[in-house]
Amino acid sequence: MLSGKYALVTGANRGIGRAIVETFAQNGANIIANSRTEGSLDDLCSELAGKYDVQTVPVYFDVSQPDQVKQAFQKIIKITKELDIAVNNAGVLVDNLLGMIRADTIQEVFGINAFGAIYVMQYAARLMTRNKRGSIINLSSIVGVCGNEGQVVYSGSKAAIIGITRSAAKELAPFNIRVNAIAPGFIDTDMVKTLPEDIYKERVGSIKMNRIGTPQDVANCALFLASDLSEYVTGQIIGVDGGMLI
Amino acid sequence: MDNTEKLRGIFAKALEIDKAIVVDSLEYNSIFQWDSVAHMSLVAAIDDGFDIMMETDDVIDMSSFGKAKEILRKYDVEF
Repeated sequence: MLSGKYALVTGANRGIGRAIVETFAQNGANIIANSRTEGSLDDLCSELAGKYDVQTVPVYFDVSQPDQVKQAFQKIIKITKELDIAVNNAGVLVDNLLGMIRADTIQEVFGINAFGAIYVMQYAARLMTRNKRGSIINLSSIVGVCGNEGQVVYSGSKAAIIGITRSAAKELAPFNIRVNAIAPGFIDTDMVKTLPEDIYKERVGSIKMNRIGTPQDVANCALFLASDLSEYVTGQIIGVDGGMLI
Repeated sequence: MDNTEKLRGIFAKALEIDKAIVVDSLEYNSIFQWDSVAHMSLVAAIDDGFDIMMETDDVIDMSSFGKAKEILRKYDVEF
């Protein structure tokens, strides 16, 4: 479905990002994988290149640092001048009740989850504009849509992604660049493994399909949005949540 | 073709204007064809034509044809 296309995926070293990278590679995409931890993607990229006969290149940078994003894209244009897909997945989850939120926590969470998506989109859209095609996929969250107690900062950053996505979709549609967001519900990632058992059960109990989501569930939606199957879909926020209620 | 002529051609094609009006004093927003949307197409065409990727600050600063030449010198394009 993505044969010969080039896809940049941020936050690709684990969880949803890793599942997206694997799914895209399996479908023939060449991968530019990002993480901020130097060396963390070397093994994965080698493995995927061998397994699926695609080009896979790790590019290490912190999405919240504009200078690093700029330098990363200087490297990326040496790899390809035809970026087809950009997935803004890099994110951090920090829970704090109002009254206990530090200013630097707000800076960090918005810096990575929201500002980082804008920094990456600015350059990705430039590359896509050259070729008059592209698909940008931003990772929001069900709490960005609905809100959640203890998550004013995190949900705020994920709500920002919704406005960013809808505005960018309007701006970039004339260039045949689509911009959509995925709003995952309760997904089985490393973040979830730290939850106390009672809270875990309560969360699963709020899901109408009665199971936790998998990173693959989200990756499958990303595959649809990246592919030509969604060539007339833009500005949408798609929930991948099994009917979860908050 | 020298780089001034190459850049003039890129401006004319991206903005859909006559090459004759692409002079150093041609300014952003001074003609209806060079609006903010066209600016992004123009930047993409310049990036592509000279095989560079301009920094965001330069995209914002590129306020005239003359300024574009000044900025491109930073990317080792000679005029």
